[in-house]
Amino acid sequence: MSPERGPLFLARRSYRRRRLADAARVLPILGAILFCLPLVWKGTAAAGGTVQAMIYVFGLWTVLILASAILSRHLRLDESERENWHSARTGADGE
Amino acid sequence: MTVLNLLILVCLSYVVLLFGVAFAADRAALAGRASWLRSSVVYTLSLSIYCTAWTFYGAVGFAARSGLEFVTIYLGPTLVMIGWWWTLRRLVRVGRSQRITSIADLISSRYGKSNLLAVLVTVLAVVATTPYIALQLQSVTLSFAAFAETDPTATTLPDMQSTALWVAAGLALFTILFGTRNLDANERHHGVVMAIAMEAVVKLFALLAVGVFVVWGLSGGIGPTLERIEASALARFEVSGGRWIGLTMLSAMAFLTLPRMFQVLVVENEADEHLRTAAWAFPSYLMLMSLFVVPIAVVGLDMLPAGANPDLFVLTLPLMEGRDGLAILSFLGGFSSATSMVIVAAIALSTMVSNHVVMPLWLHYSGMAAVVSGDVRNVALMTRRLSIAGVLFLGYVYFRVSGGGTALAAIGLIAFVGVAQFLPALMGGLFWRGATRTGALAGVLLGAAIWLYSLFLPSFGASALLPQAVLDQGPWGLGWLRPQALFGAEGMDPVIHALMWSLLLNVAAFILGSLLSFPQPLERLQGAQFVNAFDQPGAPGGWSGGMAQSEDLLTMAQRIMGAREAQALFADAARRQGVAGYLPEPSPDFLQELERALAGSVGAATAHAMIGQIVGGAAVSVEDLMAVADETAQIMEYSIQLEAQSQELARTARQLRQANETLTQISVQKDAFLSQISHELRTPMTSIRAFSEILRDNQDLTPEEQSKYASIIHDETVRLTRLLDDLLDLSVLENGQVDLNIQTGTLEALLDRSVRAAGGDGDGFRIRRVRADEQVELTTDLDRLAQVFINLISNARKYCDAKPAILEIRARLAEDRLVVDFVDNGSGIPTDKHAVIFEKFSRIGQTRASGAGLGLAICREIMERLGGDIAYLPGQKGGAFRVTLPLDAGRLPARGAA
Amino acid sequence: MGKKVLVIEDEPNIIEAISFLLSRDGWEVTTHAKGHDAMEAVRQRQPDLIILDVMLPGKSGYDILAEIREDAAFAGTPVLMLTARGQTRDREQAERAGADHYMTKPFSNADMLAAVRALARA
Repeated sequence: MSPERGPLFLARRSYRRRRLADAARVLPILGAILFCLPLVWKGTAAAGGTVQAMIYVFGLWTVLILASAILSRHLRLDESERENWHSARTGADGE
Repeated sequence: MTVLNLLILVCLSYVVLLFGVAFAADRAALAGRASWLRSSVVYTLSLSIYCTAWTFYGAVGFAARSGLEFVTIYLGPTLVMIGWWWTLRRLVRVGRSQRITSIADLISSRYGKSNLLAVLVTVLAVVATTPYIALQLQSVTLSFAAFAETDPTATTLPDMQSTALWVAAGLALFTILFGTRNLDANERHHGVVMAIAMEAVVKLFALLAVGVFVVWGLSGGIGPTLERIEASALARFEVSGGRWIGLTMLSAMAFLTLPRMFQVLVVENEADEHLRTAAWAFPSYLMLMSLFVVPIAVVGLDMLPAGANPDLFVLTLPLMEGRDGLAILSFLGGFSSATSMVIVAAIALSTMVSNHVVMPLWLHYSGMAAVVSGDVRNVALMTRRLSIAGVLFLGYVYFRVSGGGTALAAIGLIAFVGVAQFLPALMGGLFWRGATRTGALAGVLLGAAIWLYSLFLPSFGASALLPQAVLDQGPWGLGWLRPQALFGAEGMDPVIHALMWSLLLNVAAFILGSLLSFPQPLERLQGAQFVNAFDQPGAPGGWSGGMAQSEDLLTMAQRIMGAREAQALFADAARRQGVAGYLPEPSPDFLQELERALAGSVGAATAHAMIGQIVGGAAVSVEDLMAVADETAQIMEYSIQLEAQSQELARTARQLRQANETLTQISVQKDAFLSQISHELRTPMTSIRAFSEILRDNQDLTPEEQSKYASIIHDETVRLTRLLDDLLDLSVLENGQVDLNIQTGTLEALLDRSVRAAGGDGDGFRIRRVRADEQVELTTDLDRLAQVFINLISNARKYCDAKPAILEIRARLAEDRLVVDFVDNGSGIPTDKHAVIFEKFSRIGQTRASGAGLGLAICREIMERLGGDIAYLPGQKGGAFRVTLPLDAGRLPARGAA
Repeated sequence: MGKKVLVIEDEPNIIEAISFLLSRDGWEVTTHAKGHDAMEAVRQRQPDLIILDVMLPGKSGYDILAEIREDAAFAGTPVLMLTARGQTRDREQAERAGADHYMTKPFSNADMLAAVRALARA
């Protein structure tokens, strides 16, 4: 990696990291709304069974867990890189 | 062997295993092999205390009564964990940086370290948790009874109440043993956490095993199971929207505010890393726990007789099928769920009760004297132990009194609504700087009152605590005040009804109270620190103090944190400030650091009060007020820099003043030197001259007189010689012209020799030693070291003014250094003399004992040559000196031989 | 019986020497070794002459001398001060405090006897 390219790359990194944090904030809200969806079906007699609701709830649960795992993993990676960048920069300033 | 006896045996072995695991984990942590104990996996598993016996047994009962609705209890925490980036990250960060010990501590700390608020939260937590603990005891006894019923050989049914009593006593013992090992609630309870993690695995495994048995063993696979559900009474998805949303919200709130959850989530958390893993791992755990609940409920309703208690399906299904092994496993799962919840709840509640109720009262009645001289550490540990026993006893009493009638799930939800009253104050405190103590107090009080009135009291049943008339017509016939239909909200589910009104009014009172009141300075400081947990460059200080208080602070800190920890903290701070010895400047930074360290042991409000008693006066300075008033980050930072600069200036000035004082004192001493040395030389010379003239001028002396006078002359010349030797010795040492004679020997032998040379013990002078600690091999100049020891021992003999005088010699190894403390029980050396006692010819006061005041100066020079150190150790009962020596002779400074 | 002399001094060997000298010269010698209760010893023994050391444990010789001078019964009792510090400052201080004579340690026995005899005659 050439030094000129560095800052641009890092800026993009930190930008992406902020969007990831946004996603992490939205995820529980999205989850809460989606978990309420079975309440809407109640009126329609066709799809109103406990089994369908169970499959939906547990399926959604799994999706949320996976999303959370992916987000947490990336947030960690980015944070440690940000810290590296910090220490590298302060080290350079000190010289 | 009958099933019942087998169950008792398995159960006892399991308890022994729990104790063993906890013990091994504590041992491993002590030995420093604890890194895996702090892993994210253990953290995630410890969160599983959310799943109590209510979950293990009750979820199936819940599902049997109202279908899929049970799942809301798990959806709430799932959403909270998935949203960790928002709330939990901040909560955990604040908890760590402020050394928070409990939810009461956090709320009190945020709102100006208000103890009133802490007491309120503590009381509400105890009231809400006691029935919950009773519920756990009940579940163990019920499941035990379920076994007993199926056992035809059991002649008598086991007495439920004695079972509960045994369980409660065993849990109290476990919690006290492993939960109060160290005072600092901020240190993790490795043993407890490890045992809980193991129990988490057991209960998950047990529930999954029962589920697999039900789905594949009893129903013949997934397809048939789903068909069975379709055919059952639960087939229709009949869930009220209010309850579905309300219970999800409620469980999410309770997940954050339950004292036991706060304990494992925040207090036992050590790194953000843990949260990152738990963010997906804990929701997975919850999902697995609830996966088989509906199938078990449906199959239980189908196969078991109509009157069977659905709360026990998890146990009775395997029992009915004759799968005793599976049933015992299931029993262990329920047992694990119950015990782990009770253990953590007891630790959390006892910390709150002891820190916020007992310790403040004790401090209030024993006052300042106790802070410095009382044994605060032991009092705190004792109150914590008693609180644990008390909390469990309360739970047992509740179980006895209530008779264990209500369905399991009901009590759980009631407790949830109770603790949810903390949420507005908690979240408001974390996100809103305008939140005040008045608002928090008003909100929690009002919410708690409505919870008590509309949910808790009616839960005891009609006419039990609230008269039936009040339930039906409202108090004094006021219909709109009916407990379960407040303000005309009729026909609602009682839990949702209470949740809605209590939280609505709680939040309203919180916001209104905050808007209308004006916060105290300390509240604003804390508010800024909590809300800006992530971008605060440095906290503005809360204290300012003078030098003389450092020693009092050290004395107090030693009582609370233990001598070694406190000395390490002080020495470290002193080193960072560039001050020698154990007494750092009581700078605002240091005081804040100390306060947080103490808060880890006794809670924020108490620690604040304790330091306030010593440092005294106003807690917040004008500068702090200005720092708070400046709302924007730049101005804040700027003022902090200014403050730091002025602190730096003040510190430099103080150090200069100190240096000047030392110089003046040394110069006065140099002046006195001539007069001293003159005195020391002339006194023996007087006797020599007088007696030599007597011998010369008087020929009529008897032979006895002659020989007596001659020997006086002799002794006095010896004394003169010794003085001159000392002077020369010091001069040689000071110029670094000494050759060290390195030998090897044990500390014990060296001390023996030194004690003998210093005149041994006896004549009202006692020496206490711990010989076991003295088995240390030394390679150094033993003669020189002995010289130091002899000097210190004879000093204690000469100057210690206690009757009887006792000198304690304590040796210990600290890393690669040997530390020997000489502590006597006399009145010690006044603080203003600490700086000069190692100077030549300094003597404390005008006392006139033999010796010219060169001893300590020589000791200091010797220790410096040996690569060690000698220092006065302040904050002990009497005079105390600490000799430090490197064990490795290779580290002797080269100039020693030059 | 000779006159009474009280020696207030804490070095046992010096006490021994002075006692030897003065008792051979016909004095009845009593001694006292502590500073803080020296005044009680003076009142109890009613000496005709006091030999007082400057550096005593508990109280300095100057303070004791001031107490002696304050007591009307002993205001005129001759006091010979001994000091091991040989500076002029010390001599002046002794005279200010009201000492009749002042000797620096070490002294010759002859000087000591001469001084005591002179004070006794005065």
